[in-house]
Amino acid sequence: MVTTRVSAWEVAAAVPDPELPMLTLADLGILAGVDQDGDAVTAWITPTYSGCPAVAEMAADVSGRLRAAGFGEVRVRLRLDPPWSTDLITEAGRRKLAEAGIAPPHTGARTAGPGLLRLGPTRHLVHCPNCGGADTEELSRFGSTACKALWRCRSCREPFDRIKEI
Amino acid sequence: MTDDHVYLHLSEASADPEGEARWAYGTGFADPLLGVDTSVPPGVDGADLAAYCLMLGDDALVLAQRLIEWCTRAPELEEEVALANLGLDLLGQARHLLTRAGQADGSGRSEDDLAYWREEHEFRNVRLVEAPNGDFAFSIARLLLFSTARHALYLRLSTHPDPVLAAIAARGAKELAYHHEYAVSWTLRLGDGTAHSAARMQAGLDAVWPLLEELFTPHAVELRLGVDPAGLREGVLAELAAVIGEACLTVPTTPPLARVGGRAGRDGVHTEALGPLLAEFQVLARAHPGATW
Repeated sequence: MVTTRVSAWEVAAAVPDPELPMLTLADLGILAGVDQDGDAVTAWITPTYSGCPAVAEMAADVSGRLRAAGFGEVRVRLRLDPPWSTDLITEAGRRKLAEAGIAPPHTGARTAGPGLLRLGPTRHLVHCPNCGGADTEELSRFGSTACKALWRCRSCREPFDRIKEI
Repeated sequence: MTDDHVYLHLSEASADPEGEARWAYGTGFADPLLGVDTSVPPGVDGADLAAYCLMLGDDALVLAQRLIEWCTRAPELEEEVALANLGLDLLGQARHLLTRAGQADGSGRSEDDLAYWREEHEFRNVRLVEAPNGDFAFSIARLLLFSTARHALYLRLSTHPDPVLAAIAARGAKELAYHHEYAVSWTLRLGDGTAHSAARMQAGLDAVWPLLEELFTPHAVELRLGVDPAGLREGVLAELAAVIGEACLTVPTTPPLARVGGRAGRDGVHTEALGPLLAEFQVLARAHPGATW
């Protein structure tokens, strides 16, 4: 029974990401759509990386929240096309990342066109989320989760995570 | 419902009939193609599509296993994390491709059925991915060859008539671009480093080069599906030559590894390296068939 008239989209959009709980699935652009027909809801989510182990948790969380909000018939489905991109992270999401000490990705993500890929390392101007300094360096392109790289600020000497463009 | 702690959500989800979502073998990890339209489009032969997805899925699965063997053995912690990350991407691609294979051939076999319960001769991976890791330079050389070729292939497959394969490939291409960058950066660093590092990197390239040709040798299934990998050869070789030249190394001239009666990995004919890899990979699932926890 639906007790309040909160829309299914609002419920699903408020579900926190399992790995980055300061952001919602909507902030991250993972929530790809919600079809609501009375008591029946289908929520679509677009996984980030192929091997992201959080997908099952996201699906379960969205389903659980929608049921708890009173929707009787809840389905969560994956949408693989178009693939997720860091360009889908909203402005609010980028702000929340920075506030949590994680440097947000640049927009206008990578072009994986045919032909020669870049030989040299990618150069990005990345501001330190702690002190705002621009004198930063990439320590490792691969970090604690598939979506993060490890960086360091040369000004304040603090290491920080950065969401890498994909 | 206001507490954002992840484990609360786990327990919350566990009371939910669709929330049986856990992480490992036998724990009911959700279908990686949950809710995706899995009908095979007209004009695409389901058995051929399944066989092809198995080839690509097995490549990804076996190389993922080789990459995670570097855990606790990599030269630096950052490299260990990097190699595990690459393995995780490939494992994810393998899960999707094997799931697609089990749907497309109508057998209904799951990713676990295919990964854990096939025998060595039923695996369709190229021999490149099953070769033992060797030293770090060999592993980097193998990754360079594989990521260059697989990135090019995934870009082509992203417009394949099967929308599921196309979607898997489109996302995989983005991931493989990172794998390629990683392999290139180490090839340059080792090749254009000390005399010792250059010699080791050259030896790695020379040793892995005979396994490259198989990636471009079409199988009857690929020809019927219109995905002849021979079309990738020229571009991939040019790209590899550019990287190797930039690294002050020499493009190897070692000849391709012989096929056995015209057959190789895509036909289930493997080197002696695959059996022990599968034994380790499959032992737990086979020791406890159908186990859940």
